[in-house]
Amino acid sequence: MWEYTDKVKEHFFNPHNVGEIEDPDGIGEVGSLACGDALKLTFKLDENGRIRDAKFKTFGCASAIATSSVLTELIKGKTVDEAAKITNKDIADYLGGLPEQKMHCSVMGREALEAAIENYRTGGKKRHELEGRVVCNCFGVTESEIERVIRENNLTTVEDVTNYCKAGGGCGECHGEIEKIIEKTRSVKIREIPSPVPAKGHKLTNIQKIQLVQETINEQIRPALRADGGDIELIDIEGDKVIVAFRGMCAQCRLAEFTMKDVVEAKLREFVTDELFVEEDKESAQEPHNHRG
Amino acid sequence: MKTIYFDNNATTKVAEEVLEEMRPLFCELYGNPSSMHTFGGQIGRKIRQARERVAGLLGCEPSEIIFTSCGTESDNTAIKGTLAAVPNKRKIITTRVEHPAVLAVCRELANHGYTVVELGVDKQGRLDWRQLEEQIDDDTAVVTIMYANNETGVVFPIERIVEIVSGKGVVFHTDAVQVVGKMPLNLSKSKIDLLSLSGHKLHGPKGVGVLYVRKGTRISPFMLGGHQEEGRRAGTENVPGIVGLGKACELAAETIEEENSKVKYLRDKLEDAILERCPDCELNGDKDNRLPNTTNISFEYIEGEAILLMLDKYGICASSGSACTSGSLEPSHVLRAMGVPFTAAHGSIRFSLSRYNTEEEVDYTIEKMPEIVNRLRELSPFVAK
Repeated sequence: MWEYTDKVKEHFFNPHNVGEIEDPDGIGEVGSLACGDALKLTFKLDENGRIRDAKFKTFGCASAIATSSVLTELIKGKTVDEAAKITNKDIADYLGGLPEQKMHCSVMGREALEAAIENYRTGGKKRHELEGRVVCNCFGVTESEIERVIRENNLTTVEDVTNYCKAGGGCGECHGEIEKIIEKTRSVKIREIPSPVPAKGHKLTNIQKIQLVQETINEQIRPALRADGGDIELIDIEGDKVIVAFRGMCAQCRLAEFTMKDVVEAKLREFVTDELFVEEDKESAQEPHNHRG
Repeated sequence: MKTIYFDNNATTKVAEEVLEEMRPLFCELYGNPSSMHTFGGQIGRKIRQARERVAGLLGCEPSEIIFTSCGTESDNTAIKGTLAAVPNKRKIITTRVEHPAVLAVCRELANHGYTVVELGVDKQGRLDWRQLEEQIDDDTAVVTIMYANNETGVVFPIERIVEIVSGKGVVFHTDAVQVVGKMPLNLSKSKIDLLSLSGHKLHGPKGVGVLYVRKGTRISPFMLGGHQEEGRRAGTENVPGIVGLGKACELAAETIEEENSKVKYLRDKLEDAILERCPDCELNGDKDNRLPNTTNISFEYIEGEAILLMLDKYGICASSGSACTSGSLEPSHVLRAMGVPFTAAHGSIRFSLSRYNTEEEVDYTIEKMPEIVNRLRELSPFVAK
């Protein structure tokens, strides 16, 4: 049984603002019967451009219904610009949290809101449609949507991504691609937020160490591996142990693994701190490596 | 609030008589049946009696009963134990609608180089058993097909199926966890080689199961260690569990008539009333070949987990094949194999009754169900105003 907060139960058993506004200013429809949840959001503005009324209709589980109810409460009284800033995290937080596997309900809420705002801004012409390349065919999730949930919720694994936007929850064929998107999105993110990381030689806090290791991998190690069709992923840092996974290398690479580990270790010691040592992630080491030749 | 328990395919209440039989085996008769002293030795008699009671219900010899820790262990032992006994054969035939205790084992074996054939079912959940005949070949080690489906209650014609398999040098296993205690069996007249059952599905305790192994069937032990169960399943016996299961089987032999009269009457009343009073809902599964206690109904435009939570508020326990209840994103593999559209699978509810249910409970649920369905449909964007 799911552990729902009292707030979730309250909004499920007594949802607010159920229905459809006639002649709405904005209308957003996302999801489908086949996907297992769907949400139709409508809102009406007052003379000052604030959302006077918002209503929803939802097909889905308890958390989908509670999320929709809360969404309508959150946007009422806000201007469209203010409402546009609401993230899925805001919705989940308002409910006192959702089970991890149900986070996609909060994402659906945010998507419906966006679709409704877009519909309003285009004068009621534009209905929500998929943008960009579809990565997960089972649930019709696009690359930009995946990138967004990774960014906004700081996601690190394929499982996280599935929990938040359903991508990868069906046949599983897109898992490799989602992994790549995670990596890409996260490395961009790290570059986007320049933080004062002291140069080598100073005593590092854990956070600083992690940042510095990631930076070193991104800038000093990855480009060289990519040139050979391979890749590296930072899995974890425990004290001075840096756990990494090597991706996308051919079977013969296994023989070279020893030297590769040494190279990475040397780079990390050079740029971060001399105490570091590298270990390969056991799970990924057992996975057959793909040959991308 | 009173609990109305309509989830008996998940687990059942332990019968009071079963508990009474088990009680002395914790603090008074706690000996180990393998011990040399009288204190321990007397426990052996308790186990022997339990074995006889189980054999009585199944219509087989006591020596054909191996006690295990659960239905899942019995299924694992049946499949892997058979493959280990015939290492030169590499093919397994099963169905797409098996319980995970069988399906996950087969799919794992497929990853290890075994050929696994999963037979399909039709829209009513009926097995396409003619396919079976074509699939059996010299490489086939084991055919494992469930007796009745846990989600829909659909009963497969196991005796007809076993006729196809027998005489071909292939071991036939059936997961009968949902059947034992609900339908009469007579294994002495059957060619079934291996059969799994679980204690807690027939008002016995959790943590005990049985694998029936027909005399002459070769099977390698799954658990190695001591000489318990004649070396076929090592590990100190779960004595209270085994004794409880024995008592549950004795009771089941007496109440099996009730299952097919009283329980079936209550199930039919519940099912008919719901189908009649709730628009846009449909029965899943073959109405004519079903367990007497199970009904599985799909409600269009609404989602199963939401229905369950509404029922829960009234103390009514049921289950659903919807994606949201499992933590996965896809609805029940059984309903999908039957070709039930996703839309209906998401809104499916299973009620599974037992002899402890009453007509009042059924009436109360009949009264609440349309209210719940209407309420959720008011929220649904797929229902026109």
